[in-house]
Amino acid sequence: METDVIEIKYALDTFYFLVCGALVMWMAAGFTMLESGLVRAKNTTEILTKNVALYAVSCVMYLLMGYTIMYGGSDGGILPDSWFGNSIANATAEEVLAGAAADAGDYTYYSGASDFFFQVVFVATAMSIVSGAVAERMKLWSFLAFAVVMTGVIYPLQGMWKWGGGFLDAAGFLDFAGSGVVHMTGAAAALAAVILLGARKGKYRADGSVNAIPGANMPMAALGMFILWVGWFGFNGGSELKVSDIGEANAVADIFVNTNAAACGGLIAALITARFMFGKADLTMAINGALAGLVAITAEPLTPGPMLSTLIGIIGGTLVVFSVVTFDKLKIDDPVGAISVHGVVGIWGLLAVCLSNPDASLSAQLMGIGVIFAWVFVASLVVWFILKAVVGIRVSEEEEYEGVDISECGMEAYPEFVSGTK
Amino acid sequence: MKMITAVIKPFKLDDVREALADIGVQGLTVTEVKGFGRQKGHTELYRGAEYVVDFLPKVKAEVAVTDEMVDGTVEAIVNAAQTGKIGDGKIFISELNEIIRIRTGETGDDAV
Repeated sequence: METDVIEIKYALDTFYFLVCGALVMWMAAGFTMLESGLVRAKNTTEILTKNVALYAVSCVMYLLMGYTIMYGGSDGGILPDSWFGNSIANATAEEVLAGAAADAGDYTYYSGASDFFFQVVFVATAMSIVSGAVAERMKLWSFLAFAVVMTGVIYPLQGMWKWGGGFLDAAGFLDFAGSGVVHMTGAAAALAAVILLGARKGKYRADGSVNAIPGANMPMAALGMFILWVGWFGFNGGSELKVSDIGEANAVADIFVNTNAAACGGLIAALITARFMFGKADLTMAINGALAGLVAITAEPLTPGPMLSTLIGIIGGTLVVFSVVTFDKLKIDDPVGAISVHGVVGIWGLLAVCLSNPDASLSAQLMGIGVIFAWVFVASLVVWFILKAVVGIRVSEEEEYEGVDISECGMEAYPEFVSGTK
Repeated sequence: MKMITAVIKPFKLDDVREALADIGVQGLTVTEVKGFGRQKGHTELYRGAEYVVDFLPKVKAEVAVTDEMVDGTVEAIVNAAQTGKIGDGKIFISELNEIIRIRTGETGDDAV
């Protein structure tokens, strides 16, 4: 291949990678808006603070150690070669051209720094999942302390097992863009937190029945859904890692189409399921349904056609409604439905890989689900337990009643409105 | 002079205002309030779980009138605010000792 062509392909693939990374970064805004819409007004500033802070913490921790753990190499496939340090390295032009000349297929075709950028925004996504589930009652600084461990060690280690060429990858476990590595991981950490944290005050009546606590701002929640939806094209589309030839360009286009189809299927299914179950078109369920469709297709957005993708989304969207209701009954209080959307449907997405990808095996998928869930859940439980014992993870009852905006951040989200009943 | 306080359904406020203007009522003070009556609030559904709305939003309209206008005012409010369904609200009538128009210092019926 001519040198110019190789250079242009390198530039194009790097550019594509960076743009997709920026789209995924924008998902942080989506989670922020979604969560701020589904909490009460008195907890808005705190959930915003949590989301902007966790993004920054995630990026710093991943730079300090996460990326090295995940992609710095591993001999045995279980522990990384090294834990700390900066592993970002761009290949020189000579190296790229020499690699291309030696092997027309698998040479370095994008910038090493663009790879880091794409990976770092995924970590923030996983951490964002946790913040919604623990909303309205967790201490801000305990949450951020957990974020340090989660994004520095817990997430990167299991990420290495799959995407870093570790033992799950060797076992044939398939997870294209992270139904398991990102979404189920976030949900498992959230589940551990919610179990230790307990339900919001007022969520359950004296007789144990469920009392709904409506979110304050549905326009924010709907906007958050669409921002996440847009970001997901980068999440799944970028995970193809390459766009610069006809085959790859077709694959990327297929992924965009399938990702969109699954989200639509999930939204419609959740809306209809909620209508039949509750008698009303519950917007929050429709939003959860779209996100469930997106999570479900993330493990394999390439091999199913658009029809099968829609069906995978439909099953995810139906599942999420039943899951939300079931978790409520089990007294797992998850204000935004994050454990259902990312955990339950994440597992469905990993299993759905077997529907279309001939390389997938059910046993490898089950192994991946079991290993990742067990590691993240147990490690998170230990960290949350230590935090609970040392500094506490829950605000006082009075602070919870007044709203964590005042107790944690010292400011209200809407100070010029007179608040009604809390 | 009497103070007539009507607690009505919010969407009926415009109708009540028009009806009062038609019979020559000169002023009206309106407050957004919440409360419950025999209906005792109601339940709504969010994400499959019920929650109780203990206090329903209402509008409280206060109008000061001369004694001879009381019956007409009450009739106008009832006609305008009635839907026949539960939650239409109530009208309270109380004695009014004095009225003073701040700008001119007029008192009594002149200040209504």
